[in-house]
Amino acid sequence: MNPNFLDFEQPIAELEAKIQELRHASHGQAFNIEDEIGRLKEKLQAKTAEIFRDLTPWQVTQLSRHPARPYTNDYIAAICDEFHELAGDRAFADDAAIVGGLGRIDGKPVMIIGHQKGRDTKTKVRRNFGMPRPEGYRKALRLMKLAERFGLPVLTFIDTPGAYPGVGAEERGQSEAIARNLLEMAELRVPVICTVIGEGGSGGALAIGVGDRTLMLQYATYSVISPEGCASILWKSAEKARDAAEALGLTAPRLKELGLIDEIVPEPLGGAHRDPEAMAATLKSILLGTLAELEPIPVADLLERRYQRLRGYGAFSEG
Amino acid sequence: MRPEDDKRDNAAAAPGPARQKEEVNDVSWLQKLVSSRIRTQSNGGKGKVPEGVWEKCGGCGTVLYRPELERNLMVCPKCAHHHAIGARVRLAAFLDEGSGVEIAANLAPVDALKFKDSKKYRDRIAAAEKSTGEKDALIAMRGTLKGRPLAACAFEFSYMGGSMGSVVGEKFTRAAELALEERMPLVCFSATGGARMQEGLLSLMQMAKTSAALARLRDAGVPYISVLTHPTTGGVSASLGMLGDINVAEPKALIGFAGPRVIEQTVRETLPPGFQRSEFLLEHGALDLIVDRREMRDKLADLLAILTRQPKPA
Repeated sequence: MNPNFLDFEQPIAELEAKIQELRHASHGQAFNIEDEIGRLKEKLQAKTAEIFRDLTPWQVTQLSRHPARPYTNDYIAAICDEFHELAGDRAFADDAAIVGGLGRIDGKPVMIIGHQKGRDTKTKVRRNFGMPRPEGYRKALRLMKLAERFGLPVLTFIDTPGAYPGVGAEERGQSEAIARNLLEMAELRVPVICTVIGEGGSGGALAIGVGDRTLMLQYATYSVISPEGCASILWKSAEKARDAAEALGLTAPRLKELGLIDEIVPEPLGGAHRDPEAMAATLKSILLGTLAELEPIPVADLLERRYQRLRGYGAFSEG
Repeated sequence: MRPEDDKRDNAAAAPGPARQKEEVNDVSWLQKLVSSRIRTQSNGGKGKVPEGVWEKCGGCGTVLYRPELERNLMVCPKCAHHHAIGARVRLAAFLDEGSGVEIAANLAPVDALKFKDSKKYRDRIAAAEKSTGEKDALIAMRGTLKGRPLAACAFEFSYMGGSMGSVVGEKFTRAAELALEERMPLVCFSATGGARMQEGLLSLMQMAKTSAALARLRDAGVPYISVLTHPTTGGVSASLGMLGDINVAEPKALIGFAGPRVIEQTVRETLPPGFQRSEFLLEHGALDLIVDRREMRDKLADLLAILTRQPKPA
């Protein structure tokens, strides 16, 4: 098994390995195997399409956490002409689980803030697996207020298992930090576009997720609790995460149906990690399009629409 | 750890959403604390003592006469331990007598996700309604406090762990909007495990919705006092709970984002004594003050009068 592929991606891994092998074998050889490679590539496409045609919510959950999935800094590098990271909450620390800074996309000045996970053991630990502490949320808020003062739109990238449940985080007011962001983002006087690029884990995700539009990558997830957490509470067994993923309705199409997100950003065949460049290009063009829609709206209207949008979330009866 | 804390801590152990224990809905947790000897007597022979007349204090263990405990707002007269109190009893005791008028009373939950775990959400709703007599976990009222109008809400913990789904979010928002419209203060007593898992992301979004409503109160200079009671965790703590112009807590309440069990599992060490209790939060700067339930009316009336620049209430 190739560790960089999920179990249901293994047929893809095998075909890719075969193509690689053929390439190596043909290197410097007289006979031409391009035909054979072409045939295998077609087969790879077809197989990938077949696997991805009907993914279960649990498979999507695994994709949203795929070890090769692009993270916030990957998108920043791909879509920004320039980017200047800004650090710190000015009170306690700089939290590496959230990155933020000033940048330009196609010349347009923006503030970008996102969760950041690490790729190898060392950076995973440094980024705390993308689980922010209060100082991370306070840094995010500081940068949003900075953007507001200078009239810059805010783009957020959501990708976290959740806010960090630790002693220090509680001591420094994890709840307050999240709550404060929700309140302030509801009234930030610049356009705010939130994109769930991977895992949208509960309050820790929402704390940078309140705005004028919520976009979601096709194989991202957004949920009130992780399937594992939900399963251990309601099914009394983390093994039932598969069932919980099903029940929670955490995939982009389901959330679009429920009116909880605005737009699904399509991923390349096989997922964002199969073609990060194409993914970034699609995301960039949708972000620019959305910005163009929001920027002409006068601030008072923008805020009223934002309020009505938030106000509208909920399903209940009134007899 | 006191026995009732044990139970309620478990009830609040989930990071965001509420941990709902079915038995909470069936039997008053207080009744379960009555010693087995007393229970045997009350369940046993003829001429029995009526059910639930005696309560063992969760703080000092003293066996208390229930009507007396109720008269004392469920606070132990011996050790001042604050026992759980129902939302309606709480609001009736807080507001001027007979002044409370319920708002949004007809809001009822729907099962938008067709959620099913070991039980269907629809069945859980029906069971919770049956055992509590409430349609959902928040009661909202308009009324007066020492003659001055205000809006007040209280969470009903015995309804699915006081969890916040669409109905709780909508009711709170309506109470806030009413407060805004009439320029009267808003007070909320929370007792909750957090967001309601069975409504999925709809529940999470109630955090954003209620916070947005509170932002409007802030802009208009309408005061909001959040009273955190045992327990307040997860998505409610991380939204309307911590957003008070003044954050008040009852003594020794468990308040936090993640529940203690989740934290213990994450950090793999025993938590310091008093961790996530009101006194701990006060010390760490998360609360303005801790107020005894029996003094809540006086204290909040005084604070609100100052914030609204009115004379001290009589």
